[in-house]
Amino acid sequence: MIKAILIFNNHGKPRLSKFYEHYNEDTEQQIIRETFHLVSKRDENVCNFLEGGMLIGGSDYKLIYRHYATLYFVFCVDSSESELGILDLIQVKVFVETLDKCFENVCELDLIFHVDKVHNILAEMVMGGMVLETNMNEIITQVDAQNKMEKSEAGIAGAPARAVSAVKNMNLPEMPRNINIGDISIKVPNLPSFK
Amino acid sequence: MHHTAMSPSVPLQEMIRAIRSARTQCEERGVIQRECAAIRAQFRQSDNGGRSHNLAKLLYVHMLGYPAHFGQMECVRMIASPRYSEKRVGYLGAMMLLDEKQDASLLITNSIKNDLSHSNQYVQSLALCTLACMGSAEMCRDLAPEIDRLLRASNSYIKKKAALCAVHIVRKVHDLGELFTPAARSLLAEKNHGVLHGAVVLITELCERNQETLERFRKTVPDLVQIMKGLVISGYSPEHDVAGISDPFLQVRILRLLRILGRNNEGASDAMNDLLAQVATNTDSTKTVGNAVLYETVLTVLHIKSESGLRVLAVNILGRFLLNNDRNIRYIAMISLQKIVGTDHNAVQRHRGTIVDCLKDQDASVKRRALDLSLALVSASNVRSMMKELLLFLSSCPPELRAQAASGIFNAAERYAPSQRWHIDTILHVLTTAGGDVRDETVPNLIQLITNASELHCYTVHKLYRALLTDISQQSLVQVACWCIGEYGDLLLRGECQETEPVQVTEDDVLDALETVLQSHMSSPATRGFALTATMKLRTPLSLTANTDRIQSIVSIYGSCIDVELQQRAVEYNALFRKYDHMRAAVLERMPVIEKNSPGHTNGESTGEPIKDIQTLKVKQGEPLLPQQPANQVLTLTQMHVV
Repeated sequence: MIKAILIFNNHGKPRLSKFYEHYNEDTEQQIIRETFHLVSKRDENVCNFLEGGMLIGGSDYKLIYRHYATLYFVFCVDSSESELGILDLIQVKVFVETLDKCFENVCELDLIFHVDKVHNILAEMVMGGMVLETNMNEIITQVDAQNKMEKSEAGIAGAPARAVSAVKNMNLPEMPRNINIGDISIKVPNLPSFK
Repeated sequence: MHHTAMSPSVPLQEMIRAIRSARTQCEERGVIQRECAAIRAQFRQSDNGGRSHNLAKLLYVHMLGYPAHFGQMECVRMIASPRYSEKRVGYLGAMMLLDEKQDASLLITNSIKNDLSHSNQYVQSLALCTLACMGSAEMCRDLAPEIDRLLRASNSYIKKKAALCAVHIVRKVHDLGELFTPAARSLLAEKNHGVLHGAVVLITELCERNQETLERFRKTVPDLVQIMKGLVISGYSPEHDVAGISDPFLQVRILRLLRILGRNNEGASDAMNDLLAQVATNTDSTKTVGNAVLYETVLTVLHIKSESGLRVLAVNILGRFLLNNDRNIRYIAMISLQKIVGTDHNAVQRHRGTIVDCLKDQDASVKRRALDLSLALVSASNVRSMMKELLLFLSSCPPELRAQAASGIFNAAERYAPSQRWHIDTILHVLTTAGGDVRDETVPNLIQLITNASELHCYTVHKLYRALLTDISQQSLVQVACWCIGEYGDLLLRGECQETEPVQVTEDDVLDALETVLQSHMSSPATRGFALTATMKLRTPLSLTANTDRIQSIVSIYGSCIDVELQQRAVEYNALFRKYDHMRAAVLERMPVIEKNSPGHTNGESTGEPIKDIQTLKVKQGEPLLPQQPANQVLTLTQMHVV
């Protein structure tokens, strides 16, 4: 089973953390730190599998990871998962590509500001630590339907808030450049898309 | 910089922006504390429009590592809300903040139960997802009948989720497997891939838990073979296509299930033989997905009772993987070979060369796999060449693998050593290269080995003496060296030795060496103990009075040492100096050959006598000679030591 799915940036700041077994808050942070430590040491042209962490489940677990631009996507799995299968799950046609479709050329900022949406997408792919659905179109269809439901519920009461956020979200690609961000060095012009 | 808390109706993004604009960790903490205070205040109010936003903010803060437990009850409330947006956040919060050990989790059981029968499938989906993620045993028992119902009568979207939820339930409460078996069986007839996938995962789980269930599911092998054939042979299906392979994830799952069903069963294995051959030969191995399927196929072939022709094909595929340019594939190949090295040892041996080459790969993960495999491939016929490679590996391997490598080398050396001298040389080599990473039992084990190789005492002590002169930082090596010098000091001083070049070692040289060890800050107390005892043991072979006096002075210095163990020894040895001339020689005699505890007992596993016992053994030798003593300060101490 998949024990955890983590996304963090090149400095180890978590962008998404989903645990399929319960750990207390401190342990969760420790796992994220240790995983970052292990993964960031790796060169670019080595294989995408890592063993040797001690925190989750002892010896029967590995990290399967991919590094895209400023983000690491890490799946912590035990031996019942197919390593190559998970690698594909991250890369080809499923996780990253789905994110790409949902956010239109997804970049780190999308994950930062819409982490709840990323959780929703992930929930259509992995459930209870097991792969649920791998057909990208199916996943997107379901995510869209649920988002529609939420929007329609907001109805009249939500209109002012939506107007405000609509205004704020105009020219979104422009906005981040004006924000003083200490931890990411964004060469903003063309945020790379993941492929 | 003063910063007012965000108003509660402001969505998540505002807070995120505020947090990110903090320039230091301290500032960030400040922002978050203010936000959390505002959120807490909002939670206390009974009803406000922005509830889901507050909880979402809290979950974001939780991800960054700040405490969020005060949101637990809010999750419970949100889950019970009729609004979808609030339920959604509430359930997400429950998965992140609640676990079965908290009482709050019991409170959501009822909500989940209701939501499982909700008219809206997305609400049902939320409930299923949460139950599968954090459902406790009681919740599972409570809700299992609901899940079973959903497995039979609902749409595909719900069925696939119910299937995985059932897996979680079975993991929590094993007996409930019985309940789901009939539904699982009928799910195999579904066309929807998501449902099929879920069904196969569920059946796999049921079979792994219960042997009887496994026997019953063997009847499904033809159905599974049919499904696979459909995937493999059918034309291009854009919905499920991944790089030219139709639904590789489903294929992989089915192959695993077939592996479980075919194991140790001729009939089932026969039924899948053709299919496996077909998949093995037709799958495109130029892409990662193709290789994922191929490698599952190979593992299945090798674990069931397959025809020999098919087995050969499978191992050859693995051999090809080993030579693949893609490191991932090489890594996977080694994992698979590791799984079969016990059963198909000879087949794996054929690839030994490539595997040993992988020891030199840049990638630490590949190295690790290569190490495990190489150790498994050591045999009586190849031990010399393999050991050369492994020792070479040890000298340059990454630090996290050293202990494992050292211990593996010891085990292999123990089992397949072609000669005692080779064995001793190998161990010495490991101690010089990686002495800091070997286990504590190595020292007594090595000593035991040395005592048993009586023709080699001269050779061993010369070699160890030379090693001692070069480097006294490796404690294990130093301890063994001191012990040998103490035991075989006479051989060392004699100068000639059959197996090595003769070298002149004077009594002064030997005492210098031991004193260096005693005085070095690198020596641990245990090591000093060895050195002290060795010094004492040299009393017998040393002839010059100047040197025996020197020994006595060294020993008496330690009579006031802070370390209690050393002090005690020094005092006892001192006593031996001043009195007991008649029995000193006997007490300081060479130790007898130490018997092995059990045949085939491996180095690195405990049961080697701990160091202290070897020392006590020496004194015990003197025990019967020591008569009852009249009261005397020094003797009382000695008496206490002799048990």
